[in-house]
Amino acid sequence: MRLMVPAALAAATALVLASGPTLRPMSAKTAASFDTVTIAPGAFEFRLSGEYLKAGRPVDAPKRTVSFRLGFDIMKVEVSAADYAACVADGACEAAEGGNSSAIYPVTGVSYRDATAYAAWLSGKTGETWRLPTDEEWAFAAAERRSDDALGVSQDSANPAERWLARYRTEASAGKRDTEPKPLGHFGMNRKGVADIAGNVWEWTSTCYVRATVSTNGKVVHSTDNCGVRVVAGSHRGYMSTFIRDGRSGGCAAGLAPDNLGFRLVRQAPSAISYVRGLWARAVG
Amino acid sequence: MLTRREALFGTAASATTAAILATMPAARAAAGPQSADISRLPRERVELVAPPFVHAHDQVVRGGPKIVEFRLTVKEQPMVIDDEGTVMQAMTFNGSIPAPMMVVHEGDYVELTLVNPETNEMPHNVDFHAATGALGGAQLLEVNPGEQATMRFKATRAGVFVYHCAPAGMIPWHVVSGMNGAILVLPRDGLKDGDGRRLKYDRIFYIGESDFYIPRDANGKYKSYESLGDAYDDTLKVMRGLIPTHVVFNGKVGALTGDNALKAKVGETVLIIHSQANRDTRPHIIGGHGDHVWEQGKFANPPEKDLETWFVRGGSACAALYTFRQPGIYAYVNHNLIEAAELGATAHITVDGEWNDDLMTQVRAPAPIASY
Repeated sequence: MRLMVPAALAAATALVLASGPTLRPMSAKTAASFDTVTIAPGAFEFRLSGEYLKAGRPVDAPKRTVSFRLGFDIMKVEVSAADYAACVADGACEAAEGGNSSAIYPVTGVSYRDATAYAAWLSGKTGETWRLPTDEEWAFAAAERRSDDALGVSQDSANPAERWLARYRTEASAGKRDTEPKPLGHFGMNRKGVADIAGNVWEWTSTCYVRATVSTNGKVVHSTDNCGVRVVAGSHRGYMSTFIRDGRSGGCAAGLAPDNLGFRLVRQAPSAISYVRGLWARAVG
Repeated sequence: MLTRREALFGTAASATTAAILATMPAARAAAGPQSADISRLPRERVELVAPPFVHAHDQVVRGGPKIVEFRLTVKEQPMVIDDEGTVMQAMTFNGSIPAPMMVVHEGDYVELTLVNPETNEMPHNVDFHAATGALGGAQLLEVNPGEQATMRFKATRAGVFVYHCAPAGMIPWHVVSGMNGAILVLPRDGLKDGDGRRLKYDRIFYIGESDFYIPRDANGKYKSYESLGDAYDDTLKVMRGLIPTHVVFNGKVGALTGDNALKAKVGETVLIIHSQANRDTRPHIIGGHGDHVWEQGKFANPPEKDLETWFVRGGSACAALYTFRQPGIYAYVNHNLIEAAELGATAHITVDGEWNDDLMTQVRAPAPIASY
């Protein structure tokens, strides 16, 4: 098996996260070692993702209170190009678009399929369970950097173009776009200590695209899931087919696409069984 | 730099001719058949504006011809041409790609002063497709860095025409590096449909489409260069392959999207001028049409009606008139959709106004498939 150069990674991480905790030492089984942030349990108001219709017309999605009884661990920064390249070198991931393999840059040009392949590979390497965050987890970890994609236009207008124009203008007003990926840490930390949230890399989540109908009192009457399309989280929400690696090609004719597609992972709290299995694996080597 | 310039281009003999000509009295310069005493014509000096906008002008004019004075200053400068920061060593008229649009009326005289500042590397000129003789004026306007020249031509044909730089031996390179624009020669009594009825526009958009040929390094990354001369050899090799790396409106991927999307209102009539100095293209308004389209851009011919897509031959400009009837986001594309989506040839038009249910309505919103 291939090992990454820990010194290089450590140096790079230290460079961008000088204030972060020191890296955990790498075991012989670990391909990379990640700084994570423990997101404390809590609850928040969450604007559902997907498209919602009321009386046959698109409306802002309803809000729900989402609570996390247990906290979760999420990577402090996005998976780096070097981390991802290790999975490619191992034959478990397909090369990302763009060919960057730097330890100080996030991996970009990766699809949902690439992200999940990487999570499976990393889980196998570490004996831990790594997975993509749900849209709710991402939004909870994003704290003050999450944006509400309610459009604030009349919810019962007979003019469908009002929402199209409002969405377009909201996304356009985000200002001058600089799509060139920036070094990890460039966009700074949010108040939960998570770096680069809502920078210029949109992050894959495991949440499927939903189309739902709500009743007049905001109750979801029925919904259809399309898991061939997943939520990408960033400064505004996007929905991308699972095989798209470049949002700018995968975008629609009349919208504004994500600048880059990358990801960060959540570490699942180990169950008792997997803990024992991990011990066993280490014992037998 | 000087050696570069000399290596690329010998001194232009015709520049001296142009310089002498510029100092001659107007009446003598315009020898030959006369249709007007030039010295008596009223003069108007027009400040050009950067595309997609067009300087103020009348659609119909009363009275006789004028001499309309324009000034173009050559700016050689690196320009970012996409949202990944790719830099092209560009050559431009007045700093914009495309060059600014000039508007005159049939029978007017266009008097152009071309300025080539000392800081530039290259000789430049202008070939007006609207003009007659001297390679479109290029032979009378050949200026080296540090020179300027003035040329006058009569706008005898109504239509929209391309103009571009055309220095000997390097024409395509100058054109695909940004040196092309358009001149609109309106009929004196305005635009008309095939039955002679007046056609007016509330807004005018000038879309200049460019095909760029940017060299890549061994890893497939776009290369940048210190100077125009440095970029020449590699660029020419890519050009010879005839496959552009970028096909864009107004000089840059996304130049007419987002905050810079074009704007209109329901009920407004827009004249869209689309020029392509080098390569064929096929404009299309997604969700709209061309109500009246002068596909070849010449107003002595009746406009085509109700077009879905129109064809612009490389080296020409077209004029399409459309009245917006529904609000929303319209994508204006080159309908080779690969070029639109992957190479950049997309603009957006945001249109405000009331929705017309009669023209289109959603009968049933998406919902689970019903069993009948």
